[in-house]
Amino acid sequence: MDWTLYIYKTIFLFIILLVTLLVAMYSTYGERKVAAFMQDRRGPNRAGPFGLLQPLADGVKMFMKEEIIPLSANRILFILGPSIAMTTALLTGVVIPWGATLSFGGREFSMQIADLNIGILYVFAMVSIGVYGIMIGGWASNNKYALYGSIRAASQMISYELAMGLSIVALVITTGSLSLHEIVQQQHGMHWNVFYQPLGFLLFLICAFAETNRAPFDLPECETELVGGYHTEYSSMKLGFYLFAEYINMFISSAVISTLYFGGYNMPFIDQLGLSPNIVTLLGTAFFFLKIFGMIFLFMWVRWTLPRFRYDQLMNLGWKGLIPLAIFNILATGVYYYFTELT
Amino acid sequence: MQKLTDRSKVVSDKKMTFLEKIYLPAILKGMSITLTHFFRKKSTISYPEQTREFSKVYRGQHVLKRDELGRERCTSCGLCAVACPAEAITMISAERKPGEEHLYREEKYAAVYEIDMLRCIFCGDCEEACPKEAIFLTDRIVASEYKRKPFIYGKDILLEPLDPAKRIDISARQTDAVQKFKENKRFAHNK
Repeated sequence: MDWTLYIYKTIFLFIILLVTLLVAMYSTYGERKVAAFMQDRRGPNRAGPFGLLQPLADGVKMFMKEEIIPLSANRILFILGPSIAMTTALLTGVVIPWGATLSFGGREFSMQIADLNIGILYVFAMVSIGVYGIMIGGWASNNKYALYGSIRAASQMISYELAMGLSIVALVITTGSLSLHEIVQQQHGMHWNVFYQPLGFLLFLICAFAETNRAPFDLPECETELVGGYHTEYSSMKLGFYLFAEYINMFISSAVISTLYFGGYNMPFIDQLGLSPNIVTLLGTAFFFLKIFGMIFLFMWVRWTLPRFRYDQLMNLGWKGLIPLAIFNILATGVYYYFTELT
Repeated sequence: MQKLTDRSKVVSDKKMTFLEKIYLPAILKGMSITLTHFFRKKSTISYPEQTREFSKVYRGQHVLKRDELGRERCTSCGLCAVACPAEAITMISAERKPGEEHLYREEKYAAVYEIDMLRCIFCGDCEEACPKEAIFLTDRIVASEYKRKPFIYGKDILLEPLDPAKRIDISARQTDAVQKFKENKRFAHNK
């Protein structure tokens, strides 16, 4: 490690931070547009051309709102809640390989901030800590609806994290590695994991919906029953942070899904084009973002199609549906590899 | 029992089949429906740029008509006020002075003519009751206000401008059928 590498990593870190925030910002715009289009409406189109300045206007509005901390709330925890939600949401982007390597002047620069050998576990750890943001926020509000919301969030997260982890185990069996970088490398040339682990992908996708609190699993903030769920008492930018964290989570989980199952920055037929390595890397990154946007669109598409689950249905699906399926998936994968490796 | 529509379905609580139980086909079907809506023509009317086309006989803000010479048609007979189910119309009559023949068509005219737009239900009975073809409802919308007072429209708002170019066109409301009906107005009222 020398100074250029440190500087490069720092700059790249900031770029990733900015890109994450930008994508999350425009996800709110995208969400409203997608919702509008699916309901035969036009969506925001007043602020700027095609309403492109709408996220800015929303942000300004959020900042201008009065900040209210209820008297009976625990002040420290009340502020800590959205901070944790936001921080953990932003931390996950560190291990995702955003592209292959760029070479300048004979030096290689990896487009991944930290190539942890347990990258997947790091993602899981961060997502799990993210639950604390919701739990603490709901608890500190001293409001029964907020408490209900956070209890729901906690039990939902625990139930679906299990199935998610188990579906990943099958993936790890196929790839033989926990490093996201290596997993992407193995998927080079259309050997995407989604073709080898279709059931695992489906389970992971469903669990990702649940983990990001998106419809049809948005029970923690279920407006119809719980007023606003865990963020009932929140206002101003603290509410904004919660909502924003959800969009960052959506972006990050789309990135994780694309990395794990859709080959990350690998493009089909890229080897046949005969381009210089740097261009290939940049094209790959662009293609990676295309995949991510596709996944984000899927998230929104599902949200505006499906109604919310009832809580017992949610628990039924999680414990009696997804977990047995995930275990079966592990078993089937294990048996397959045991016998193919024997011969 | 006779069905009200032919769209009703018999509900059953039969056991779901495997495909129904795993929901996925139903989810995919639903998603395909939302996707078709995604590309469908939008039903929004972008309001300030486009306006919704009104029906020709839309009953909006009233107008007090002038005749061809620019004289007020209203003679303050009060039939509109009597016909008004919401009691929104009030008027004070006055006698035409010599030298005012170019302003008022008959000897009596309405010095004050007020319609409370908050009371008005835009039924059009005033228009139907009027024997002098003086009051008509138009396709203009009554503007919103912050207080109650401005909703009481006086002659300054209701009366149509003197300038022939700025007259309010009510020809759409005076179709042949309407004219014919108005001819027999005396009997129509006795219904």
